Amino acid sequence: MSATGVSFGRKLLFALGFVLFAHVSVVAQTAPAPINPTAQSVKEAQVLEALKSGATVSGRISIPDERAANLMQPGRDWRAFNQETLPRIGGFAVLGMLAGLTLFYLLRGRIRIEAGPSLDRITRFTSIDRFAHWLSATSFMMLALTGANVTFGKTLLLPVMGPEAFSEWAHYAKVTHNYVGFAFMLGVALVFLVWVKDNIPDATDLRWFLAGGGLVGKGHPPAKRFNGGQKIVFWVVVLGGAMMSLSGWHLIFPVGHSITDMQWHATIHGAVAFIMLAIMLAHAYIGSVGMEGAFDAMSSGEVDLNWAKEHHSLWVKEEMARKGQSRISSGAAQPAE
Amino acid sequence: MARMKFLCDSDRCIECNACVTACKNEHEVPWGINRRRVVTINDGKPGERSVSMACMHCTDAPCASVCPVSCFYTTADAVVLHSKDLCIGCGYCFYACPFGAPQYPKTGNFGSRGKMDKCTYCAGGPEDDGSQAELDHYGRNRLAEGKLPLCAEMCSTKALLAGDGDIIASIYKERVAKRGYGSGAWGWTIAYKETVAV
Repeated sequence: MSATGVSFGRKLLFALGFVLFAHVSVVAQTAPAPINPTAQSVKEAQVLEALKSGATVSGRISIPDERAANLMQPGRDWRAFNQETLPRIGGFAVLGMLAGLTLFYLLRGRIRIEAGPSLDRITRFTSIDRFAHWLSATSFMMLALTGANVTFGKTLLLPVMGPEAFSEWAHYAKVTHNYVGFAFMLGVALVFLVWVKDNIPDATDLRWFLAGGGLVGKGHPPAKRFNGGQKIVFWVVVLGGAMMSLSGWHLIFPVGHSITDMQWHATIHGAVAFIMLAIMLAHAYIGSVGMEGAFDAMSSGEVDLNWAKEHHSLWVKEEMARKGQSRISSGAAQPAE
Repeated sequence: MARMKFLCDSDRCIECNACVTACKNEHEVPWGINRRRVVTINDGKPGERSVSMACMHCTDAPCASVCPVSCFYTTADAVVLHSKDLCIGCGYCFYACPFGAPQYPKTGNFGSRGKMDKCTYCAGGPEDDGSQAELDHYGRNRLAEGKLPLCAEMCSTKALLAGDGDIIASIYKERVAKRGYGSGAWGWTIAYKETVAV
């Protein structure tokens, strides 16, 4: 009896001790760990990681402006492009081309009509041709000036004009740019329609380039209505103009585009613009001061026959064969025979 | 001088939008423009998180860098402000801003933008402090009255903190230490190129 009593008492003590120990150990395990009610939530570090891929981090928003649902968005790359790369592209392309043209002028001088001006003239561009050209050209010049102002204005003009006057000019430049853009789109579309048939590259162009295009060396390689160089200018205008129009359209109608789209279009718009401007400077040079007789093509539309024979020999032959002498008008009275 | 910053302790934000409403009312911000907004990420899912966001008044602000007319300036308190007299509404600051802060009233034809509007840290604009012109263009200048931005002052859970960067960072650190968790100072890495260790 007593033995069992002792044994029971021991068992009870042991059991109590075990329960107590177990309880203590449970308390020791849970007590220091606080509850984190937002443990599963997104952390800022995750958002930064997501931004690296160029994605926009957005959520739900209770105000009507859907674009405000973007919490954070990429922008650092575009800033670097806009502030560093683009001015470099622009400065290098435009100043480089001007330097190149000056050097070319000094070395080669004005390209003369070798046979000297004749008194006969041949119709090269109709009024529709010239309208398409000058619509594109004048709008391009206005767009180039007002557009370059966005990149270089604050560096070049702001210190000279002062903040108020410069802002006033920049405001009108922006408005002009936005509206004249549509004239340019129309001009490029017309240029494409009236001249595409004469601008398909062919073997003549290859020979023209191999012979130096009349720019390098003596003599004029044969060319059709447009030579290889002019075809390059044509496709730069058409393709470059299309890229400018498309990206410009997105920038002027910003509705419904993501911020990355807008940055991409602004990038394309700026880079293509300066490259196009440089090429157009070369085009303007060779079409005016750089070559005797060239400007007539786009002013009166009638060019000197000797000029045409030298620069567009195949075209002149074609024209004469097709139309007889009808498109060739004489500047002087024909002597009686 | 203080270096003014915003800090949103998103573990406390309950998406009540009081900061948004306070801002709109205080500055009489026109319809369609929100200088501050609350974005809820993973809405309705276990990882849901609300963050109150506005202009963070960045160190080396991207908006100021890309502005083609240089209409931005930084005050002695490191608040990034701009002049609406000089702004031409080109939209470049919006392309560059990491936080989508710049807003434009729709004026005129097509998508043409009016002059940009954004959070002023309740510090007005270039006009004389407390003048009618400043109130009309930029809203109230609470900073000149010795008060902090109203959004943070109004915040019911004190999730949104405004004030000197060192002070609000120490408040946030203390909270994190006490409760044992924190999701980070949202936007600080991008805006201030530093972060509050949690």
